[in-house]
Amino acid sequence: MEELLSLAVKAIFVENMALAFFLGMCTFLAVSKKIATAIGLGISVTLVQAITVPANNLILTYLLAPGALAWAGFPDVDLTFLGLISYIGVIAAMVQILEMILDKYFPPLYNALGVFLPLITVNCAILGGSLFMVERDYNFAESTVYGISSGLGWALAITAMAGVREKLKYSDIPDGLQGLGITFISAGLMAMAFMSFSGVKL
Amino acid sequence: MAQTYRTMLVDPMVDNNPITLQVLGVCSALAVTSSLQVAAVMALAVTLVTGFSSMFISAIRSQIPSSIRIIVQMIIIASLVIVVDQVLKAYAYEISKTLSVFVGLIITNCIVMGRAEAFAMKNPPFASFVDGVGNGLGYGLILMLVGFIRELFGSGSLFGITILETVNNGGWYVPNGLLLLPPSAFFVIGLLIWGFRSWKPEQVEDREYRIQTVEAH
Repeated sequence: MEELLSLAVKAIFVENMALAFFLGMCTFLAVSKKIATAIGLGISVTLVQAITVPANNLILTYLLAPGALAWAGFPDVDLTFLGLISYIGVIAAMVQILEMILDKYFPPLYNALGVFLPLITVNCAILGGSLFMVERDYNFAESTVYGISSGLGWALAITAMAGVREKLKYSDIPDGLQGLGITFISAGLMAMAFMSFSGVKL
Repeated sequence: MAQTYRTMLVDPMVDNNPITLQVLGVCSALAVTSSLQVAAVMALAVTLVTGFSSMFISAIRSQIPSSIRIIVQMIIIASLVIVVDQVLKAYAYEISKTLSVFVGLIITNCIVMGRAEAFAMKNPPFASFVDGVGNGLGYGLILMLVGFIRELFGSGSLFGITILETVNNGGWYVPNGLLLLPPSAFFVIGLLIWGFRSWKPEQVEDREYRIQTVEAH
């Protein structure tokens, strides 16, 4: 239990998806103009991340890992090279299913998050979460915790960024730096602030 | 026609750069640039994937039903990335270790999807190939520039060969450790964008709010 808790804290603060690994930057920069939209997107990412990372973990353990197909009578088969294509397939399918479920059973939530869901398939934070899960050999419990907390970390970062940008638009910025340039520099400052968490020993 | 192919190749490098103007594919641009060698490998990989995926998608563009086009594009891109990943693991194992998940993340690199969607679905295969390579090179250019700055001033070397002798090895250069850490990539790219836009003022974004000066009476 303690391990899982420290994994969660690490994934949210120390190894923040957006600010330490730069994952999901395209959406991070494009959709961080307003706090309300940023929160909506953050929740969607957390939701999708919480589903896809454990799902991909199951696919890896029971279908792709060396010897995983022993139950089907192929103990020598190693399908790990098919990893990338299966993970992205799972993500695309999950997003699609989630969209349909929300549309059918939770219309208000669908109206709030609907526009962001298709964007999420190509959000590198989602695929990155699954790839980190593979690289670090998380088991099922760990990958569930990692999925949820890395999504939360990303949501935290984009909400904070949107807060900064809402204030920033009233300031007098040199012409060439206007817009994208200053956003990069403020993201850099935020990343530096988040780096101070790396001193936290768990 | 030769002229247009040339423009298609050169245009995305400066005038319509995927990173500084279209804000695409930024994720990996920041993460893999702490050394020039890794940045070069990444640039090459992305250029190849963008070029070939645009070519293949364009070749079958009239057969793809539009409702499932995203998934078809994704599968073509993912297959190409698997090829790149396996080749890297076989011939450049060290570099593939450093790149870790970022090779896989080429799949979700918006440049690849963006070009497939915006250009390859409407144009013939060869033109799409040139367009893909051009955009890959535009991305590579920024990657190499950032990698050059970060490696030269962060560890005093280029491609692992010492250029500025550091103090630790009895030289004179005190390396700037910040440039090896993640946040510096944001600063370097932010400043590069500033540079690009001062050079090409038509790329400057409009302000959402104008600062008004009020005359005192």
